[in-house]
Amino acid sequence: MTPPDAVAARAASPVAAPDALAADGSAPHLHPSAKGPAATARKYYKIFRASLVERMTYRGDFLFGTILRFLPLVTTILLWQAIYKGVPGGEMAGFRYREMIAYLLLTNISRMFSSMPGLAGGIARDIRDGTLKRYMIQPVDLIGYLLSYRAAHKVAYIVTSFIPYALLFFVCRSYFDGFPDGWTLAAYAVSLILSFLVGFYFETCVGMVGFWFLEVTSVLYIVMTLNFFISGHMLPLDLLPQPWSGLLKALPFQYMAYFPAVVFLGKVKGSALAFHLALELVWAVAFMVLARGLYRLGLRRYSAYGG
Amino acid sequence: MAIIEAEGLTKTYRVFQKKEGLLGAVRGLYRREYKEVRAVDGVSFSIEPGEMVAFLGPNGAGKTSTLKMLSGLIYPTEGRARVLGYVPWERVDAFRRRFALVMGQKNQLWWDLPAADSFQLHKEIYSLPPAEFDRTLAELTELLGVEKLTRQAVRELSLGERMKMELIAALLHRPELLLLDEPTIGLDVVAQVAIQKCLRDYHARRGVTMLLTSHYMRDVEALCSRVLVITHGSLVYDGSLTGLADRFGQTKLIRLEFADGTVPADLARFGEVTRSEGPVADLKVERSRVAEVLGAILDRHAVLDVSVSDPPLEQTIARVFEEGRRTHDAA
Repeated sequence: MTPPDAVAARAASPVAAPDALAADGSAPHLHPSAKGPAATARKYYKIFRASLVERMTYRGDFLFGTILRFLPLVTTILLWQAIYKGVPGGEMAGFRYREMIAYLLLTNISRMFSSMPGLAGGIARDIRDGTLKRYMIQPVDLIGYLLSYRAAHKVAYIVTSFIPYALLFFVCRSYFDGFPDGWTLAAYAVSLILSFLVGFYFETCVGMVGFWFLEVTSVLYIVMTLNFFISGHMLPLDLLPQPWSGLLKALPFQYMAYFPAVVFLGKVKGSALAFHLALELVWAVAFMVLARGLYRLGLRRYSAYGG
Repeated sequence: MAIIEAEGLTKTYRVFQKKEGLLGAVRGLYRREYKEVRAVDGVSFSIEPGEMVAFLGPNGAGKTSTLKMLSGLIYPTEGRARVLGYVPWERVDAFRRRFALVMGQKNQLWWDLPAADSFQLHKEIYSLPPAEFDRTLAELTELLGVEKLTRQAVRELSLGERMKMELIAALLHRPELLLLDEPTIGLDVVAQVAIQKCLRDYHARRGVTMLLTSHYMRDVEALCSRVLVITHGSLVYDGSLTGLADRFGQTKLIRLEFADGTVPADLARFGEVTRSEGPVADLKVERSRVAEVLGAILDRHAVLDVSVSDPPLEQTIARVFEEGRRTHDAA
């Protein structure tokens, strides 16, 4: 279907001898030679830093959000106070009243690491409105980018809300039996970092559903509501009757709220602690593999049906 | 070696046919009917380094689908393509570092941050050496005249300024191939001209290969010497812009100014009089009859001034599209 004058036009077109084809091969276009895992790590670290700058522009939001987050705690404390008045022996499933309040305070710390507001919804939206194309065209991986961005978000959040949190825990210090020892604290820190990864990859998997369904808000709502309960954010999983308590403790969701809190309270120790930390890592990796697989499948579908 | 080589590119979409009304919606739950839509149908062309080529076609002709295949966003149903020596839909990093796609309707920059921060991010994404990056950025902001605006939040910029920032972001890694989908959409004439000028200057400076789609014929006239016209998924013309008028423009416009101050009454028998004001008249005649008509008029009347021109490009393009539609319907 090419008319003959096309050839003439092509020959006559002002090809300004693009320097890309310079005979000596000294391409003036930038083709960075940076390769390998170190360069990749550097790239995502830089994305992390750039995102950190971006997130810091919203620090006002953070402060306000932190204060609001703790308002419901007042009612929660009053509620549990009332419940424990009717409990013989002042203990439920191994939790005394003070421990219960401490637990609920600590799940907020867990969620600070593992909750990913807007992550799944954001991925689904990117798929739907075509922002995803950016990650297909530029030499950057969507999941790697989002992980760097989230990590920056979390660091910014934790730094800016450190003072209000410290204040809160100081006010509530009577609910705690002093600080745990160094090893427990170290295990706690590891459990929190892993809970970030579990939360991140889990929500990424949920977001990938957007490749198959246009409307995901109801799916997200169900998952998030369920997660609030089965992660132990609402109450310690030990409070549930068997087999539910055992079942929920076998699921990965407990690592997003329950597990770090009980580590801090010293309720998991020794080999059980090591086992659960390892299992938490396994879940993080499993969700990562699943997220990557779903992303690959989704991209294949997206590329076949058009975006 | 050609920068873009496309051979028989075909893209078929399966479109879900939703039935009307509630009953139809319920039926759609268990039995879905699909219709095959051939968005691109056996398109072949090749583009040499340094060319500036326009992709023309009515809405839904397959321009954007073709651009998407060339940039690796979608797979073709059939056909082959090589872009910069790569198969685009394999999306290897080495390929992605060497081209850029600018979509006039899509935003790549962080909305709440100054463009400079987004540029920094691009620097990291493309792993650009700092010195090179600084030099390129300085060059581009100067070329587009936006040195003072890069520290302002993107949401506070005008549409035209934002588009300039998008262009800078796309050019920071010095792509060899620039694919532009409606780069001037929604811009006022001043901003359109500014974007055109920048693209032209950049092309002159760097010799980058450009393939653009646009609805504004001004963009095409200002930038491209070669056009590809696509209608209903098929390439109907590949050649020079002037050749397009020769091939499809069947009429010419003769403007006459008569010495006696009025337009003669018998002018209409030579062709269609499209304008008549005082001593000046526009006459539309078939190309083959221009010489004959001019001779006859000059014989009979005293003419002060005469000029012959092609009708506006829009009209020619509309005719090409129309012709494409007819052959498509007949097939």
